[in-house]
Amino acid sequence: MSEMRIRKRPKYLDLFSIMFSLPLPGHLSILHRASGAGLFLMLAPLLWLFQASVTSPESFECFASVAAHPVAKLLFAGLIWAFLHHFCAGVRFLFIDLDVGVDLAAARRSAAIVFAVSLTLTALVCWRILL
Amino acid sequence: MINRIVVGAHYGLRDWIAQRATAVVMAFYSLFIVVIFLVLRPTDFETWHNIFANGPVKFFTFLFALSLFYHAWIGIRDLWMDYVKPVSARLTLHVLTILALVGYVAWTAAILWRL
Repeated sequence: MSEMRIRKRPKYLDLFSIMFSLPLPGHLSILHRASGAGLFLMLAPLLWLFQASVTSPESFECFASVAAHPVAKLLFAGLIWAFLHHFCAGVRFLFIDLDVGVDLAAARRSAAIVFAVSLTLTALVCWRILL
Repeated sequence: MINRIVVGAHYGLRDWIAQRATAVVMAFYSLFIVVIFLVLRPTDFETWHNIFANGPVKFFTFLFALSLFYHAWIGIRDLWMDYVKPVSARLTLHVLTILALVGYVAWTAAILWRL
């Protein structure tokens, strides 16, 4: 009869149903992962662009023409968001590691602040650099 | 039969601290370089090149890059550990990730010290 006593625990295995019911800090956390993965995947192109931009006046021209392409600008916009989200969410995680803002209300508030700050900065940086 | 973990977080605490220490280094460097950009406002090659040809900036940029690649290793390794179950696939991805990041370290050094 021991199996009768085993409590049926909820198993949230459907990723998409989790995503729709996730509180704000959950979205922040998943996007922290996604933005980190995206930044990692773009390291090689970014290093190549950095190399072109600093090596010589000729390679700088090449960098400038690549960076001016609409597709490149779209990728830059994504990377700027990824960096700023990863940065802001990372700073929030550091504070939580230091035991600052651990309780539920504070954690939800700081998650909202991270989204507000990172999205505002993304818009600002894209406007100043890409447009 | 002793079960030994082939690919896993062998030194959890060390990596946990390294992830945060490298994050702090990168955060300070990011603020530092943004201030330099805002002060010098580089738009032409000369100004842009001179920023990174400067000794201390070159040194801190390289430290930033090292922090970035170590930080990326821990983060990406965690992704493989979370989402890739077969040990052979996981080991392959770990090795490829390390090779890419070690290559990036050498590449970054080559870019910076050629300036």
